[in-house]
Order: sequence, then structure tokens, then C-alpha cells
Amino acid sequence: MTALGTIVAAWLFAIGLYGVVTSRNLVHLVVSLSVSQASTYVLLLAVGTRAARPGPPARAVDPVLQALASTDVVVAVVIAALLLALVVQVHKRTGSLDPDALRRLPE
Amino acid sequence: MSIAGRRAAFLAGAAVLVALLTWGFAGLLPGRPAGPTPRVGDLLASASGPDRHVVDPVALVGLDARSLDALVAAFTVVAAVAGTTLVLRARPDEWAGHALDFATGRRVPPTSDAVRVLGLGLTPPTVLFGLYLVTHGQLSPGGGFQGGVVLAAGVLLIYLAGEFEDLHGLYGDRALERGLAAGAGGTVAIGFLGLAAGPAFLANALPLGRTGDVLSGGTIPLLDVVLGLGIAVGFVALLTTFLHQAIVLRPLGARR
Repeated sequence: MTALGTIVAAWLFAIGLYGVVTSRNLVHLVVSLSVSQASTYVLLLAVGTRAARPGPPARAVDPVLQALASTDVVVAVVIAALLLALVVQVHKRTGSLDPDALRRLPE
Repeated sequence: MSIAGRRAAFLAGAAVLVALLTWGFAGLLPGRPAGPTPRVGDLLASASGPDRHVVDPVALVGLDARSLDALVAAFTVVAAVAGTTLVLRARPDEWAGHALDFATGRRVPPTSDAVRVLGLGLTPPTVLFGLYLVTHGQLSPGGGFQGGVVLAAGVLLIYLAGEFEDLHGLYGDRALERGLAAGAGGTVAIGFLGLAAGPAFLANALPLGRTGDVLSGGTIPLLDVVLGLGIAVGFVALLTTFLHQAIVLRPLGARR
């Protein structure tokens, strides 16, 4: 666990969340959410990395957190695909990608 | 709410979040008195070789010790693919046109020979690399999830080198459904194998083989293969759905 990994994870989470909140475009919103999700990979890998120390190489990293990160990546990608599919339909229905255009849904 | 009001509300919430994150992360930093060191990772890493005949401890965690995670991830993919296909279905006011690339206001240049040669030339090595990753997950970094995505990338190269119909002619929608079902159902079937021949659902109940062989690690390579199939077919289904949406479907008013 290093201070750098923690700071990068917190920064990615915050900047992604800021992007989601202030987004003016739904594609930008989905990408911001992906940036926010990327913080979990950094945090998992940072928690699982130990400082170099003597011992067999398998113990330099914690395999539990590596496995969690790889599951995390798969789920994040398919969720992004599902969200982008919704964005496509929103654009077809309202002709706009502005989240505020969703305020009044067409019948 | 206006954009300025929204930003103000976010900054107020973010101040609380930053305080909580600082408090939480401070306990994780080195040099702080923390709880007992987590030993699970160390135990699994040292047990992967002698107990399970697996070289890559990450494969042991993902597909044996915590194999339920892989099962849930596989079903998440199935659910997301089903949801995407449902959301992007043809609406009543749309019709399926010719599957040709088009752009409003300009002619689409034909695919250049360089792109065709590179795309078709890269397809076999990409598919081979994907198969290698799927089948060697217990020996080196890789496995079903990673190899499945590479396999799907090989299929996407066929679209880049040709047309959507070249790609869609290779398989039908039924084949995609069956592949996805085989991937998810195969994982459950291996789970019941563990219940029938071993102590628990998804338990590693097959002979372990010799460490370093491709057929080693009991159910781990088997799970890699079914997960690789499910993930590859799932991502190909996503690609097909999005390409069908972008290339084939047209609003009723449109000419082409």
C-alpha cells in the first residue's frame, strides 16, 4: 500500500464524480463514470501491492486483489455498453444528448 | 436545478466525502497501526502450487477459491448483453436497410487495401492469442475473461477489414444465443460437478494433473474455456448489436 496509489485513486474517483455531476453530454457522462470506476482498480492494486521484500515472487502482490480487479474490469465494460445503449435510445427519442433534455420525457 | 446550483450542491457533498475519504485512507497508509496483516493472499499464493498444481495464483483465487465471483461476473455479462440487445431492438418506426456504411452529406470512401490486408492479416494471430490466453490461464496471466475479450477483438477485425454483412454472415443470432447460454450454463454445470463429485458447489473436484501442464489445476482450465466462450460470444453480441444499430437500422422517413 503506497500513498501515491491512494491519492491517485481518490483523485480519479473525485474527478469522475465531478464529471458526472456537471456533464452536459450523456456520452461524456458515461465516460466520466468509467473514470470514476477506474479509481477502484487503482485502489485494489495499490492495496494488493506490498513493498519489495525478500521471499518468493508470488508474494510481491496479493492475488486476491488482482482477481477482484480483473472481475471489476469485466463488469465495468459491460455496464458501460449497457449505458451507451441507453444513450443511443435517448438520442433517438429526444434528438439531444443533454441530460437536461430528459427532464420532460416524450410520451 | 441550474448548472451553478448543481455544482454548489456537489461541492458541499464533496467536502463531506473528502473528509470521510481522508479519514478512511489514513488508516490504510503505511506506518499506521492497522489490524492484523491480511494473510489470505499469502496463504493462497503459497498453496496454489502444492495444493492445486496451479502456477498462477490469480487463477487459483478467481476460479477456485472465489469461483462464485467468476460465476456472478459471467451472469452479469449475460444480463448486460441481454439488456443492451433489448434496449437497442428495432422500434416500430424503424426499418432495416442495406448493411452499408453511410454518412450524411458525403460519399463514404471504400475500405482501403491497406486496412483490408492488415485487418485480415491480424485476425488469425489475434484469435490464436485469444485461444492461448483462454487455455493457459492456470499457467500464466490470462484466463477466460481476458482471452474472451481478445477473441472478440479478432472478430471485430473482420468487420474493420470488410463490411458488416461479412461479419454477420459468419454467425447467426441463434449461434450467439447458444454460445452465451453455453458459457453461462457451462459454469453452472461445472458448479454442480463440484457438488456431485466434491464437497461444495464449484469445488475443484477433477484430477489436478501435473504442475505446468496445460491440463492441470482440475476444473480451472475447464472454467476458463466456458467463461472464455461466454465472454467472447457476449462481446461479439454487443458488437453486433451496436453495429446493427449504427449501420442497418434507419428511421422510416430515411431513403436509404
